[in-house]
Amino acid sequence: MGMIVDARGLDCPQPVVLTNNAFDESTQLTTIVDNEVAKENVTRLAKSKGFAVEVEQKDGDFHLHLKREGPEPDTTCNSPGSGPMVLLIASDIVGRGSEELGQQLMTAFVHVLHEITPKPDTIIFMNSGVKLVVGGSKVIEDLKELEKEGATLLACGACLGYYDLKEKIGVGQISNMYDIASALFGAGKIISP
Amino acid sequence: MGLEGFEDAGIYKLTDDLAIVQTVDYFTPIVDDPYAFGQIAVANALSDVYAMGGKPVTAMNIVCFPIKTMDISILRDILRGGLDKLMEAEVTLVGGHSVDDPELKYGLSVTGVIHPEKVVLNSGAKPGDNLILTKPLGTGIINTAIKANMAGENTIVAVTQEMVRLNKTASELMQQTGVNACTDVTGFGFLGHACEMIQNGEVGLEIDHSTVPILEKAPEFAQMGLIPAGTYRNRDFRTSMIEFAAGIPDWISDVFFDPQTSGGLLISVSPQKVENLLDGLYGAGYTQAAVVGSVIPDVPGKILVR
Repeated sequence: MGMIVDARGLDCPQPVVLTNNAFDESTQLTTIVDNEVAKENVTRLAKSKGFAVEVEQKDGDFHLHLKREGPEPDTTCNSPGSGPMVLLIASDIVGRGSEELGQQLMTAFVHVLHEITPKPDTIIFMNSGVKLVVGGSKVIEDLKELEKEGATLLACGACLGYYDLKEKIGVGQISNMYDIASALFGAGKIISP
Repeated sequence: MGLEGFEDAGIYKLTDDLAIVQTVDYFTPIVDDPYAFGQIAVANALSDVYAMGGKPVTAMNIVCFPIKTMDISILRDILRGGLDKLMEAEVTLVGGHSVDDPELKYGLSVTGVIHPEKVVLNSGAKPGDNLILTKPLGTGIINTAIKANMAGENTIVAVTQEMVRLNKTASELMQQTGVNACTDVTGFGFLGHACEMIQNGEVGLEIDHSTVPILEKAPEFAQMGLIPAGTYRNRDFRTSMIEFAAGIPDWISDVFFDPQTSGGLLISVSPQKVENLLDGLYGAGYTQAAVVGSVIPDVPGKILVR
């Protein structure tokens, strides 16, 4: 009968969050909630995500039986290799070893990006990788060019905060872990230098 | 002054030309940034005075803080945000009180002054008046999405910007213009407070849903079920007074009953004065202010949403 999400005793928005996470793993599931608000909210979520909802009242709780309606989500679009291409840059250097060499390699890598095809659809910058998107970075012009050509550049906000660079971002948008994780899980291909 | 209305602030007449307005509000954090939370709490607490056309003059902090488990620098940032906002509003902080509490809360009690004959009540809307809303709706829904870690950075910045915005200039402009009624949109949501304007009265309201300013992303989050419990309570309480036209999507009702934090002013003003007031509001930075409906005589005590 699919998986069970027990969201009893949890305040809004946790039942929605747990059910939404479960949708990634299952096309048929039951969420158990103990109040009217959670019942309404999970029902809305399910409908917005293309799930049919059947409510069963049992021992004062609501058992929401959720089942994906119609065809499966377009698997051709989600199968590996055919979704968006995501470039994950989680450091300002390439590889281990000399830091100086690593930085030169990263600069060279970003320089050649616009000469190759296909180009990345999304570029994610994490940890010291965010140093590439701030003013004064050697590759900022290359990145602006890629953004102009249609790439989405996501810089991890917590990372910018950690290095105290939030005010200095020169290209791309400040993003969060939810959007970054969504981009990675929705990707057809992930490349990380 | 009497207590017959449904106002959030109390008024006490001292002399023939001077009354004081008093109000208090405090709550748990709604954004992660303590400095912004301090600013929001102040903008929210002062709002009741502004809605009545009063001028807040003094305030006292109310603080509940888990001193044993939380870093004191967080409290410092909250109070700094609050003080900066009070200075912007030209209100003097005269004291406060703090208690050790496992759950952080911050707010203020506020005292303002007002001329007893110039109080703007929430009742008093006249047939033919236009309704102006000065800030976009959706703060409760977006704050719920923030709690769920589903709101992006841009959305958080946008909602914070609206919540820290004072209703001060909007209130001053409405007093200069001369209006018939005003309320601030807070916990009962847009329609909940709109109901307070017309209940037991001789007029009704007609709202054009397509003109109501709404924060970006709020419709999407509402459809995903990121709806605070207060929305359902607000709707259950007022459902008999509201008629939604056929074909209006469910999420509109969710947004219209969404409890607002530091929401805008809902102003009832004669059509001759509307343009002037709107221009003033735009000029003062309330860029999403809009005429959202009108006051109609044919359905007393009812709101029609079209």
